[in-house]
Amino acid sequence: MPQSYSDLLREARSQVREVSVQEADLIRQRGDALIVDVREDSEWEQGHVPGAEHISKSYIEMQIESAAPDRDRPLVLYCAGGIRSLLAGQALQALGYTDVVSMAGGFQGWKTQGLPWSAPVLLSNEQKQRYSRHLLIPEVGLEGQVKLLGSKVLFIGAGGLGSPAMLYLAAAGVGTIGIVDFDIVDLSNLQRQIVHTTERIGEKKVDSARRTIQALNPDINVVGHDEMLVADNVERIIAGYDVIVDGTDTFETRYLLNDAAVVANIPVVHASVFRFEGQLTVFQPYVGPCYRCLYPTPPPPELAPGCSVAGVLGVVPGIMGMLQANETIKLLLGIGDSLAGRLLLFDALDATFSELRLRRDPACPVCSDAAVEARRSGRPMAVAAVGDGGTFALGGPGLGGPGLGGPGLGGSVGSVGSAGVAS
Amino acid sequence: MSAIRIPPVLRANVGGAKQVEVEGSTVGELLSGLVAAHPGLRDQLLTPDGELNRFVNVYLNDQDVRYLQNADTPVDPRDTLIILPAMAGGAGSFRGAVSFRGAVFGRGAASFRGAVFGRTGE
Repeated sequence: MPQSYSDLLREARSQVREVSVQEADLIRQRGDALIVDVREDSEWEQGHVPGAEHISKSYIEMQIESAAPDRDRPLVLYCAGGIRSLLAGQALQALGYTDVVSMAGGFQGWKTQGLPWSAPVLLSNEQKQRYSRHLLIPEVGLEGQVKLLGSKVLFIGAGGLGSPAMLYLAAAGVGTIGIVDFDIVDLSNLQRQIVHTTERIGEKKVDSARRTIQALNPDINVVGHDEMLVADNVERIIAGYDVIVDGTDTFETRYLLNDAAVVANIPVVHASVFRFEGQLTVFQPYVGPCYRCLYPTPPPPELAPGCSVAGVLGVVPGIMGMLQANETIKLLLGIGDSLAGRLLLFDALDATFSELRLRRDPACPVCSDAAVEARRSGRPMAVAAVGDGGTFALGGPGLGGPGLGGPGLGGSVGSVGSAGVAS
Repeated sequence: MSAIRIPPVLRANVGGAKQVEVEGSTVGELLSGLVAAHPGLRDQLLTPDGELNRFVNVYLNDQDVRYLQNADTPVDPRDTLIILPAMAGGAGSFRGAVSFRGAVFGRGAASFRGAVFGRTGE
């Protein structure tokens, strides 16, 4: 005999335990359960229970196993009013899930009780289409995409490393891309600096890069800094960025950037290249080592030829730059294991990657606990000065925000072994 | 014989080789053997006092020897020593500031000299 809707519902109620919204919230706070929102996309986007996973009822059998591989994991299902989640619960029990409950009253009841819910984040239809391949990945999804759109990444240099990295980050929808470069496009750049074009030779790199990445994605905001990165402006330029992509090729800029980024607590995704080889790491302040932990002092110039002297296979900065983009996206989304504390070496001729372990120097004059304490007390530790570009004055305490003091306020910085060099 | 990987910036000093084989049972012996066979590397790796320059890191397999036993770290013939000086290169794209003066860093800033091999027991 065919069943009526009320028969079906009665049967579901007899099989799937219902919990009140308050009880569901307690289970949620316990942390071990998976909260599953079984409503349709359009409902989910209007707001949902924080931390919930979205699998609409029509896909629940197909997708639950990847969301909850352990069939004994507690599952709390909810929909708008508590009916669809009951029926979905039956389906999950049939699949062998042992601890499935349905939230009576649904999301309406949840909101009525004044429980917390994630505010709706809406992408335009065009954005949904543009980022659809991101939205399909659970680790990115709508929330991750919204995070990327609200993120700010600063590129030091629109060159060989910066070109591929900024193209991909622009494509990924990183909302604000800052570019520091005072150079102009030269014919010899185009063998690897693919963000520029032949017709833009002689144009400012900042302007050329902006045109290319905004043509790729008009969604993003490009902030150009057509200036040299020096001690006097580094703190101002990097302020407010979430991640810095380091494409510098002088030691001066690298040390300047390192010291300022540690104080401002901004991770730097670092890469360098030479002929057929490249290296890559993430300098995440107070998590992994900083550049000075590795190399407290730079080599003499005769030991460190730049690429204009040494040459580089164009594709090598391309590969390393894209790996920088990958690390940057991971940092912005808070997913995966970053390269903080690891140095990745790439050899193009052998086609091999290898990895070295990097450690924080407990005596580092910039990022050690003692260095932070010294800055807090207004007497920053001495660092080796690098060249004529000046040394960033290690002003603030360097935890959780831009330095309090700023250049010139935090006391002068000793210049080790560099008599006569401006600091 | 243990393998020492030579970084691209230093290969000119070893006739272009990517890797050389050196006899020795500690990191210090391997480096001494290396500079004895290739004297052009001496100033680039070591200070006048024979300490490792602070702008050069040495890894035994994947571990920084500073966090092992520095020069005294025992080396097995199957181990690989990797020399890694600081590299400048950002593909010749970005010149952040004027090039630095050689005079300043003539040869290892005094305060850092020997820091690598001098910090034993830390």
